[in-house]
Amino acid sequence: MTDDVTETQSDSHEAGDGKVSVRCTVNGAEATLRAYPFARLLDVLREELSLTGTKEGCGEGECGACSVLIDGELINSCLVPAAQAEGSDIRTVEGVADGERLHAVQRAMIECGGAQCGICTPGMVLAAVNLLKHTPQPSEADIREGLAGNLCRCTGYMKIFDAVVHAVKEG
Amino acid sequence: MTSGKNIGKPVPRKEGRAKVTGAARYVDDLSYHGMLHGVTVRSPAPRGRIKDIHFGEGIPWDEFTVVTARDVPGANYVALILNDQPYLAETAVNHAEEPILLLAHPDKYLLEEARRAVRIEIEPLPAVFTIEEALAPKEIVWGEDNVFKTFLVEKGNVDEVWDTPDLIVVEGEYRTGAQEQLYIETNGVIAEVSPEAGVVVRGSMQCPYYVHKALVKLFDLPEDKIRVIQTETGGGFGGKEEYPSMIAGHAALLAWKSGRPVKMIYDRAEDMVATTKRHPSRTRHRTAVTRDGKLLGMEIEFVVDGGAYATLSSVVLSRGTIHAAGPYDCPHVRIRSRAVATNLPPHGAFRGFGAPQSIFALERQLDKVAAAVNLSPEELRRRNFIQRGETTATGQVIHEDVDLDGLLDRAFELTDYRQKRERFARENEGARVKRGIGFASFMHGAGFTGSGEKYLQSIVGCEATAEGQLRVLAASTEIGQGTKTVFAQIAADALGLDYDAVEVVQPDTADVPNSGPTVASRTTMIVGKLVETAALKLKETLKGAGLISDAFTQDEWARACAEYVREHGTLKTHVQYQQPGDIEWDDEHYRGDAYGAYAWAVYVAEVSVDTLTYEARVEDFVAVQEVGRVIHPVLAAGQIEGGVAQGIGWSLYENVVWRDGRMANGQMTNYIIPTSADIPPIRVHFFENPYAGGPGGAKGIGELPMDGPAPAILNAIEHATGVSFDHVPLTPEAIMDALATEAVEV
Repeated sequence: MTDDVTETQSDSHEAGDGKVSVRCTVNGAEATLRAYPFARLLDVLREELSLTGTKEGCGEGECGACSVLIDGELINSCLVPAAQAEGSDIRTVEGVADGERLHAVQRAMIECGGAQCGICTPGMVLAAVNLLKHTPQPSEADIREGLAGNLCRCTGYMKIFDAVVHAVKEG
Repeated sequence: MTSGKNIGKPVPRKEGRAKVTGAARYVDDLSYHGMLHGVTVRSPAPRGRIKDIHFGEGIPWDEFTVVTARDVPGANYVALILNDQPYLAETAVNHAEEPILLLAHPDKYLLEEARRAVRIEIEPLPAVFTIEEALAPKEIVWGEDNVFKTFLVEKGNVDEVWDTPDLIVVEGEYRTGAQEQLYIETNGVIAEVSPEAGVVVRGSMQCPYYVHKALVKLFDLPEDKIRVIQTETGGGFGGKEEYPSMIAGHAALLAWKSGRPVKMIYDRAEDMVATTKRHPSRTRHRTAVTRDGKLLGMEIEFVVDGGAYATLSSVVLSRGTIHAAGPYDCPHVRIRSRAVATNLPPHGAFRGFGAPQSIFALERQLDKVAAAVNLSPEELRRRNFIQRGETTATGQVIHEDVDLDGLLDRAFELTDYRQKRERFARENEGARVKRGIGFASFMHGAGFTGSGEKYLQSIVGCEATAEGQLRVLAASTEIGQGTKTVFAQIAADALGLDYDAVEVVQPDTADVPNSGPTVASRTTMIVGKLVETAALKLKETLKGAGLISDAFTQDEWARACAEYVREHGTLKTHVQYQQPGDIEWDDEHYRGDAYGAYAWAVYVAEVSVDTLTYEARVEDFVAVQEVGRVIHPVLAAGQIEGGVAQGIGWSLYENVVWRDGRMANGQMTNYIIPTSADIPPIRVHFFENPYAGGPGGAKGIGELPMDGPAPAILNAIEHATGVSFDHVPLTPEAIMDALATEAVEV
């Protein structure tokens, strides 16, 4: 077995395979995706663009692990058909940091212990970034509501709440 | 005990940056050239004989790799304790969703169509689904009597107690339901097979060497031809203790037959209906207490439902049995326990491992006993708390300073318990939303039970590079709880090095020794102690070589390592667990020192119960515990908070609905775990009382927080409603049934 681990990529496809071209912006860069019209955006991001930071937790829009920002809204990418992404501006967890410089939410998640197993973390980071964009000074109730679509089984949420509060202070 | 600059400090989590940026690679994020996807075709029936397998029309079957029981090269069982569970059923099935056939294909969409096109024909046999049916026995479905394991713990002679004059006897029966671990990353592996390397499996798991042991048997290959590598793991909670041996075997069988790498990732529905859950339980108590509230005798009957195969049920039963009498001094105790077989999918490891079930029963029972002798729940417990020098149910003398009164005092102070207890009772009269406050006191033993650690003989390695970087070699996995961070703190402080000078190697059976499974609250306390010892042994080696003295700087250390490596090639050491001489355990009679150390705790829950919607909510939660020494305050509090949240879920929300032996609500849509909107403030407080046997004085804490929430919450709900509920999960429907009945009776 080789230790060369590559990121998930599908084989290339020829025209006439039933796939469509979807043009969109992903993490600030223009992208043209080839996908079946009803392929899940989640799979297309992971397989066509190797953006594996977006995770599948349930595949039915309950857990939020696959959250991405589409045109500034927090969306479960497992529920979005690829064709619907045409013309949209998509941001995944890979696009949250500014190069090597982490976003205040990411720094706070590390500092406050908001990430344990880490599988909900990409979605949680995006949910928190989205919350702070719309509500820069959130109350505790705002934080609870803003993250309620993102399930975490490890932390009991306390350290994630701490991280959001900390990000507001340090941001 | 070591003291240094890392233990007790909130150093940054080793893999934190990778996790918050999405760079961390979980198994589904990996891919190999020519890789196939694999799926499992499972039994549609709970019990019966396999008559035929039909491959439907319209699928290009010749493109598929198909594996059945007949393709198994070695032994067709998952090697664990009793080896009764097949990898693939050949002639009979014993639970719904039992694996029968495996398929692999490059296209996962076509693969899914193919899975649906296979029809398994089963001639049904009568099945049993409950503890009562198993014990009746309505039908023998396992062994001679449907019983996997029994234990008997005897202290004093409880039979002589019942005739004591002026005695009060209280009886109760308590039940707990199954619970899904619901790690957010489902089970998954990638297997590859080649003549040179043998079988190589990467995946999400807690215990690489369990998988290794199972694959050696499955393929009948030498140990060095099986290699198991843990990938970043998105939660386990016990759900990835024994189950990964199953999925790893399946993927490896497909890889073996196809000659190509095979990735097998369960979707959420499959993970929920087919993999292990917490054992449902039934506990019966008969308690003898004097009029002034001194416990005289406890007779406890504890039964867990193990499902269709033995898996780890005997060990779960053991832990539940030992914890069943709690942290109380009672002269006469008898605990009889049984793990029984049903035709549900096998139940397995889940945080707490039987103890949450038996502790729930005891802590509910004690509130009932308190009422019977007209004492407050607090006063009853204070009169019976175990003290230094007293003995547990297994006859273990407690040698440490245990201060349950102190924990209780602190927990009550933090919650204003007494004032609320009185005020809620007064204000609830006529109120629609009733408030209540309740608590539970308990302990949890860290490490394997009894002789378990002695048999495991765990090994840890430490290696120093020529640059002076320390590499910790252990099979203990990072599954979110902080293994990598805590081991680095311990190793760094043992040598006085910087935290960044320590790397904890990713578990790979080709590189790391068997430090035992990542379970049983043993990683920090037992394996961490070995890490500390191994690191100190490296120092002795360098000292012996005259390269360093007792005190040294980071630079002197690095120069010494460079010198040693130049001369000897490597600087590496291994240490093996040796049981402290003062631990004695009698496996046959289940007597003696069940655990090297216990963590002690008092948890207080404040609840509200809406008598219109019958919704119960936890409004506030305080968790006070003595855990030896806290290695990392943020990670430790995170463990407690996470465990409490799972406990709240088990108490009020997480209801596994069984229909004909199959989980009917195997989706996150209808199996409800707590969200950020459901969880109350959880306030965590630690008492520190260093334990000499643990690294830096630490005890294990991973499972402890699962034990307290359910009884504390139901005790609080009784305070709010006046109704003594005896089971979890306590759904609004159950509350409605009880309160509506009460209203009619009034």
